[in-house]
Amino acid sequence: MDLLLFLQQLLNGISLGSVYALVAIGYTMVYGIVKLINFAHGDILMIGAYCGYYAFTWAQGTASPGLAIAFAFALAMGISALTGVVVEKTCYRPLRNAPRINALITAIGVSIVLENGARVLPFMGPNPRQVRIPEALTGVLQFSGLTISKVQVLTLATSIALMLVLTLFVQYTRTGKAMRAVSHDQQAALLMGISVDRIVSITFAVGAALGGAGGVLFAMNFPMIDPYMGIMPGLKAFVAAVFGGIGSIPGAMLGGLVMGVAETLTKGFISTKLADAVSFGILIVILLVRPAGILGKATREKV
Amino acid sequence: MKKKGVDFLLLLAAGAAVFLLIAGLAWIGVIGEFYLQLISTAGIYIIVSLSLNLITGFTGQLALGHAGFMSIGAYTAAIFVMRLGVPLLPSVLLGGAMSALFGYLIGFPTLRLRGDYLAITTLGFGEIIRVVLNNLEGITGGSAGLKSIPGFSDTGDVMLDAIIKFAWIFVFFAVTVAVISNLVRSSPGRTIVSVREDEIASTSMGNDVARYKMLSFTVSALFAGIGGGLYSALFNYLNPSNFNFLYSVNFVVIAVLGGLGSITGTVLGGLIFTFAQEWLRVLKDFRLVVFGLLLILLMLFWQKGIMGSKELSITRILRRILGLGGKKE
Amino acid sequence: MFKKGLILALVLAFVATLLPACAASSNEIAIGTIMPISGPVSAYGTQARDASQMAVDEINAKGGVLGKKLVLYVEDDENSPEKTVNAFNKLVTEKKIVALVGGLTSPCTLSIVGEAQKRKIVLVTPSSTNDTVTDAGDYIFRSCYNDSFQGRVMAKFAGENLSAKTAAIIFDNNNDYSKGLKDSFTAAFTAAGGTVVATESYATGDKDFAAQLTKIAAASPDVLFVPDYYNTVSLIAKQARSAGIEVPMLGADGWDEIANNAGDEVLDCYYSNHYSPDADDAEVKAFVAAFKAKYNVEPNALAALAYDATYMIADALKAAGSTDPEKFKAAMAATDKKFVTGQISFAAGTKHDPVKSAVILKLIAGDAADKPKVTYDATVNP
Repeated sequence: MDLLLFLQQLLNGISLGSVYALVAIGYTMVYGIVKLINFAHGDILMIGAYCGYYAFTWAQGTASPGLAIAFAFALAMGISALTGVVVEKTCYRPLRNAPRINALITAIGVSIVLENGARVLPFMGPNPRQVRIPEALTGVLQFSGLTISKVQVLTLATSIALMLVLTLFVQYTRTGKAMRAVSHDQQAALLMGISVDRIVSITFAVGAALGGAGGVLFAMNFPMIDPYMGIMPGLKAFVAAVFGGIGSIPGAMLGGLVMGVAETLTKGFISTKLADAVSFGILIVILLVRPAGILGKATREKV
Repeated sequence: MKKKGVDFLLLLAAGAAVFLLIAGLAWIGVIGEFYLQLISTAGIYIIVSLSLNLITGFTGQLALGHAGFMSIGAYTAAIFVMRLGVPLLPSVLLGGAMSALFGYLIGFPTLRLRGDYLAITTLGFGEIIRVVLNNLEGITGGSAGLKSIPGFSDTGDVMLDAIIKFAWIFVFFAVTVAVISNLVRSSPGRTIVSVREDEIASTSMGNDVARYKMLSFTVSALFAGIGGGLYSALFNYLNPSNFNFLYSVNFVVIAVLGGLGSITGTVLGGLIFTFAQEWLRVLKDFRLVVFGLLLILLMLFWQKGIMGSKELSITRILRRILGLGGKKE
Repeated sequence: MFKKGLILALVLAFVATLLPACAASSNEIAIGTIMPISGPVSAYGTQARDASQMAVDEINAKGGVLGKKLVLYVEDDENSPEKTVNAFNKLVTEKKIVALVGGLTSPCTLSIVGEAQKRKIVLVTPSSTNDTVTDAGDYIFRSCYNDSFQGRVMAKFAGENLSAKTAAIIFDNNNDYSKGLKDSFTAAFTAAGGTVVATESYATGDKDFAAQLTKIAAASPDVLFVPDYYNTVSLIAKQARSAGIEVPMLGADGWDEIANNAGDEVLDCYYSNHYSPDADDAEVKAFVAAFKAKYNVEPNALAALAYDATYMIADALKAAGSTDPEKFKAAMAATDKKFVTGQISFAAGTKHDPVKSAVILKLIAGDAADKPKVTYDATVNP
């Protein structure tokens, strides 16, 4: 095997994986707290991508490219967080004590509404849109035979920065501690005076904001956006979250990277035809071998 | 015993009457051929949704890959008919068996786990099946699909053919209803329902929960496969892209609309769904938005669907009409 | 009580839909069209429908066919084969159509050709290029050429006009259109002495082609053949350029509309198409002007093909002098006339694939930056 080609593919995989990781965090945080597979999370990625696209197109003419990109991220993360909270409050909260299957079906409904709502909204529409990458970000950097595009550099830098901020937030702030407490034991947290409703909303907001940022990065890497763009990355990010151990934030980061690398290496060296099958095959193997995921803790339900 | 015998005869008579009514109306031209085809389509949707209801409604495990099982049944049946010249009936049954085998293999690792893993594994499984069907070009025709699959009959008279299609599907529909409603009333069926109600309590009663989940899931895959086999003969064309995630969601919607855990509810749900799809064509692109909203609203405000987990007792209605004096059970 | 009322209402509504629709009145001839009006390829479907409607209106304005009015019944297939089958049944049994223009994509068309043949309905697909579409029988026609023709055209163009010795291909493994073009291009290019140095695939809806393009860049081909629809092509083109692939990319009729959906990355690329809207040709000019006047957009190739398909049907009905399926079909097979997309005729005793030539279009820098435009480059006739 050509070492250089292998390293190149590895690099491509890590860049893709860092986007999966950002999206996987949203799945894992929500699951950790309300035990819900939020099927609509992939569509939050789509919303983030569209917001980033509009924000950037608007700001491009008036501000420097750097500022325009920062604005795009801010708006995308803000609107995504808002969407996440609204969906939680209207659709998931009334079902928190209902059987889990009901919430799961509701999540599928939300996903269908978001995708098709985007298709019929006059300013979004069903046809894919081209994203014009700012001049400053086109082009590639060369390192002793390896090619990395500037967008890939930005992707890695942004996702690492966001994951760092999240880790600090969850570990050291009061809200972060409260989140962990709710995730650990909702009843006990309630007794300790933590407002569970507020914490759940914040969790949805943070998870969705990261998903939105993932959407902007996704749109920059693969510069075409359409209403269905969130489905596949959403599914793969979910597999990544299960792989890393659903409920575990470091697990989601690791899982995302592994998924990205596995997918790219499969395409590069095994078979492009089977890449999607491999992603889901990994899921089934993980469930067989280590159902709690790589970094997850196996819990036993007490009666 | 005697009461059961009468009930059985009543059901048989009711089934025959419904069949003869629809077939007769079609024969004299009151029901157009297109609508008969639509009723047949609804029949297949109902068979698959009933199978989904068994695992999701009665056992409480959400499955999101029934289109995948359906496609296994459809392709297996079509390949047996086209390439090996096996008659249609054994081919459809083989399709069901193949699907059940896959159900067993998929269920084995996932059903031991508690929680929502089945939902996501079946979803992933559906996707894998699609990739595999696309790549087995020599056998499945790949992305161009499998065309000119022989139908149920070829008499030269299109109306007669349409009635024969309907007859086949109606018989399979009746068998599916009979098997599933007897299964859930049997002793293993009671255990299956106890898993839905409280898995931990059921385990502590000494039930091998995983085994009963497997039983339910395998039977579910079997009927989804049979539905697929009938589909291949009804539409005469298969394409992997048809059996996507959204197609699986259709069956979830039918089961939820009718009422999770209700067989008669699923039948009503399937009929309404199929015809609503035709009526809702006027909505054009808004159709899917309405579809999603309906799903959310159902879950929020009408969780029980049309029937809840109750059944519309046909024998009781008939007894009342015929004055046989059936008492409330 | 509410529940009982609801059930009763549903049963009544159900019964109401079963009542037979009124049959077509005797002074009109019904033809149908099944197109994706909603869903992912609706941009094509709506233009094809509009073009067919325009043809029908023109024909009726000139006195109709056989002294009767043509009526076009439209059904939406949402690009799903299952929906196509039901739509076809509806058109045949409820609207009593004698001919069908459709479907658009090959899987949809393939799902109904058997039934059309059995029921003796003349089916003319404007755009299903899959080779096996016309296998179903002598009632199945098309107004476009097929995949193997198009692949041969591009291979010949690459070898002769661009003097390419090596080629790479990246194609959609889940799409038979893409796969068919890949196969015929490979066969023709190799037969002419060229070498295909890399063949890579992806799945429908993929966004990330980095792995495949890295491999293709390593093989350094003279041309890159990308047989897919324009939206995927523009994504591949961008990523190909950033992976360091600078050679011309070649495509087929799926590239139609690419100029409006891609930027500088597709400059100096070529694709084969059915017609060129800026061609200096009386039929083309009249059609483009009428379409623009009516719908306010420039017609794409599919619109032209659907327009031709509708005229082929009307002409054959006139020539047959009746709607008798046998006579109608024979008149269709005898078609030999110049249409918008060129001269169309069917060789006797073969499948009903038209004998025509393809135009090669080139993407060049447009008036604004990052807005390429299309220009006519060559006509190829292998």
